[in-house]
Amino acid sequence: MSLTHLELLEAESIHIMREVAAECENPVMLYSIGKDSSVMLHLALKAFYPSKPPFPLLHVDTTWKFREMIEFRDNLAKTLGLELLVHINEDGVKEGVGPFTHGSAYHTDVMKTQALKQALSKYKFDAAFGGARRDEEKSRAKERIFSFRSAQHRWDPKNQRPELWNIYNTRISKGESMRVFPMSNWTELDIWQYIHLENIQIPSLYYAAKRPVVERDGMIIMVDDDRVPLEPGEEPVEKMVRFRTLGCYPLTGAVESEATTLPDIIQETLLTTSSERQGRAIDKDSAASMEKKKQEGYF
Amino acid sequence: MSHQDNLIAEDILAYLEAQRNKSYLRCLTCGSVDDGKSTLIGRLLFDSKMIYEDQLSALENDSKKSGTQGEKIDLALLVDGLAAEREQGITIDVAYRFFSTDKRKFIIADTPGHIQYTRNMATGASTADLAIILIDARRGVLDQTRRHSYIASLLGIRNIVVAVNKMDLVEFSQHKFNEIEEEYRGFAEKLDFKEIVCIPMSALDGDNVMNRSERCKWYKGKSLMEHLETVDISQEVTQTSFRMPVQWVNRPNLDFRGYSGTIAAGQVKPGDEIIVIPSGKRSVVDKIVIRDGDLYQAEVNESVTITLRDEIDISRGDIICSTDDPAEQSDQFQANIIWMDEEAMFPGRQYIMKINNQTVPATVTDLKYKVNVNNFAHEAGKSLALNEVGVCNLSLGKPIPFDSYKKNRHTGAFILIDRQTNATIGAGMLDYSLRRAANVVWQDLEVGKVERANLKHQKPAVLWFTGLSGSGKSTIAGLLEKKLFDIGRHTYVLDGDNVRHGLNKDLGFTDADRVENIRRVAETSRLMVEAGLMVMVSFISPFRSERQMARNLMEDGEFIEVFVNTPLDVAEQRDVKGLYKKAREGKIKNFTGIDSPYEAPENPDIVVDTVDKTPEKAVEQILAYLEENGYLSAS
Repeated sequence: MSLTHLELLEAESIHIMREVAAECENPVMLYSIGKDSSVMLHLALKAFYPSKPPFPLLHVDTTWKFREMIEFRDNLAKTLGLELLVHINEDGVKEGVGPFTHGSAYHTDVMKTQALKQALSKYKFDAAFGGARRDEEKSRAKERIFSFRSAQHRWDPKNQRPELWNIYNTRISKGESMRVFPMSNWTELDIWQYIHLENIQIPSLYYAAKRPVVERDGMIIMVDDDRVPLEPGEEPVEKMVRFRTLGCYPLTGAVESEATTLPDIIQETLLTTSSERQGRAIDKDSAASMEKKKQEGYF
Repeated sequence: MSHQDNLIAEDILAYLEAQRNKSYLRCLTCGSVDDGKSTLIGRLLFDSKMIYEDQLSALENDSKKSGTQGEKIDLALLVDGLAAEREQGITIDVAYRFFSTDKRKFIIADTPGHIQYTRNMATGASTADLAIILIDARRGVLDQTRRHSYIASLLGIRNIVVAVNKMDLVEFSQHKFNEIEEEYRGFAEKLDFKEIVCIPMSALDGDNVMNRSERCKWYKGKSLMEHLETVDISQEVTQTSFRMPVQWVNRPNLDFRGYSGTIAAGQVKPGDEIIVIPSGKRSVVDKIVIRDGDLYQAEVNESVTITLRDEIDISRGDIICSTDDPAEQSDQFQANIIWMDEEAMFPGRQYIMKINNQTVPATVTDLKYKVNVNNFAHEAGKSLALNEVGVCNLSLGKPIPFDSYKKNRHTGAFILIDRQTNATIGAGMLDYSLRRAANVVWQDLEVGKVERANLKHQKPAVLWFTGLSGSGKSTIAGLLEKKLFDIGRHTYVLDGDNVRHGLNKDLGFTDADRVENIRRVAETSRLMVEAGLMVMVSFISPFRSERQMARNLMEDGEFIEVFVNTPLDVAEQRDVKGLYKKAREGKIKNFTGIDSPYEAPENPDIVVDTVDKTPEKAVEQILAYLEENGYLSAS
């Protein structure tokens, strides 16, 4: 009797996490509060049990996340007794950067990409776990599990280290770092199945509920606080919606849905006809946009 | 994503239950763009409905912009990911693709087929259980078909699918297909495959990809997908006795000591007797701990934490084995190596090996032969270039536990890492131990290095002078020896020219010979240090890695790197021996500084500047260093 595909994926992810713990001096887990991060954290708890994961969690807070995400994050870290680091790009805050005033590209660059680089440099992390998967996007399909970053946090797709078997080369020089993707070989379906099987807690934003929303450029945007600029006379409307991915609320489109349980969500996800990242404003540029962003240091 | 739409819509829980028991198959596709490899993968994704509507509309746009199929959708564009590849229209790296059916989840490693990408194919093959080898029906078996098959076999893939593609362009000729199948099976006999299945198909039109084709009714076998869904790969791990390389020692508090790792073969239960290799210590498994509770049993590929009944010393890199048929240990091996770096591999050069969760220094002591991957012929050679495969002897810095790769793909595999750049530069598979390291014990001499040095009242060391020809190395070394001799030190000078007339007179000036030249000098100087001498080595020694290798032979503090820093133009102007002139005229080949590189030391212990400084002043500088660092105090 051999292992099922989920058991094999789980074992592979655990192996990767232990390798980082054994070989890297100062690792960190990038925790973004979404479902993939939830699975990654769950795997970390399994990998080191009965020890706690031997690294802190780092959340790069753009100050535009859904309020519920922040509550969920703080609760979870407290319940599990894990060290949680939160980093905000204070230069961006002073400048007043936000998606409504500066556009999604600039906002994402300053509050996410630059902020992440700041945090990695500040704490001198030599390895950072990320929850990205190869099935998400074409340029990710070729990225290594242990992905080398220069001292400037750049990714060079043409100069990647060969990665054979489950033997990972973690050697770097001073100032350089690795991004490590333990869930590289998972697909979206695997993630949902695993959440279902392992009963993993995810933010309720994934579940449909009545929420106040407005429409912007064809996207349904939740009015999560009073920073949403409303047209004269415009009123948010209550709609039964949920979110397929979680990010900055002004950049994350909701979908109308009646899915209020996990099986409902999975059912809806499987029957849907557009891919997961479609709700994100960031991917709408040219085909190679993600590859370009990654070279610049976007996770 | 809409396979099994009905069940998903009607009973999602039943669907989820059915999905949880899916098995997992990792495959490799090899073939060139012209064979339609990307098209085949695109077809598999497309036909198993793993493509969403928005991706499909993006694909239609891309097809119009840069497609090669006219008005048809170019499925290859789905998988050619990186921007550079789209521009060049070729696949240059390994990409991983995912799809699933009701029975199995699949990962396909999509690798390029050209000879310059052997390393990428080997990378994809290392984690695959099955290889799909594409052949263009019009062109038949080519050199590249043999190359792909050889690499698949070398990396331990036992199941092969020969996809004879573009059958639509040969009118689905049964005769043509049979001819190709016969030729393939003919040469594949020399390789180590368990099962070969040949399928006629057209990836472009979908014939025999998901469903059996109406256009070649003479073919009675399965479609590609039918085969992939049912092929039995449970025999892939042939070894059945338990072993788990220890990855991480789990020590949350004083009361718990567990050993975490991924099981590389067999199964384990509480109460099983185990032996730890290389220490040979024995104990009994107490518990198999996971977060959901203790396990009754665990098997190959599971990542677990094991506790033992006895407190014995176990570290990362040890292998916990069943007491019957445990792993072997050795520090001398024969291995197959695939070279993956622009800079060639040279015997004598030292690398870092990572194997079974540990890193050890490794030196290739001999390149026995290179393998021509196109026709499997053995060829002589002094070095392995990028994408070349060779059979080598290896010597490690310490004994390690292992199995032969043929027995176990997990515990017999290794990678080689460059000491300077940290790049992964080679991958290898252990064949067998050249000796039982356990049987070879260093001669325990009663008179040792310390005793000899004490008798001479000195602290032995090597002063390694490196620098361009004409920089003044030998002059300074000679003067320094005189000074040391005058104060009663026992010394010796190993000089490039002198050694080349004797010990190394069989060596030339190719990169491979330069490496061997330095290796012999380094070993000689080590013996002299053991004899208690202060040794001055005066060699151009242009490569950092060889100087590092020499340093690694000595104990800490025994190796002093002296960089005699003279710019090329100054050395060339001096040209004491007239060598630069000859090199410039092309009468001497591979001359350092002219047509062979000099890699200046990055962190030398002493830098001597001979532009503004006389040799006498340089000697004073070195003596001051020796004094400050305690080399002259013992007397």
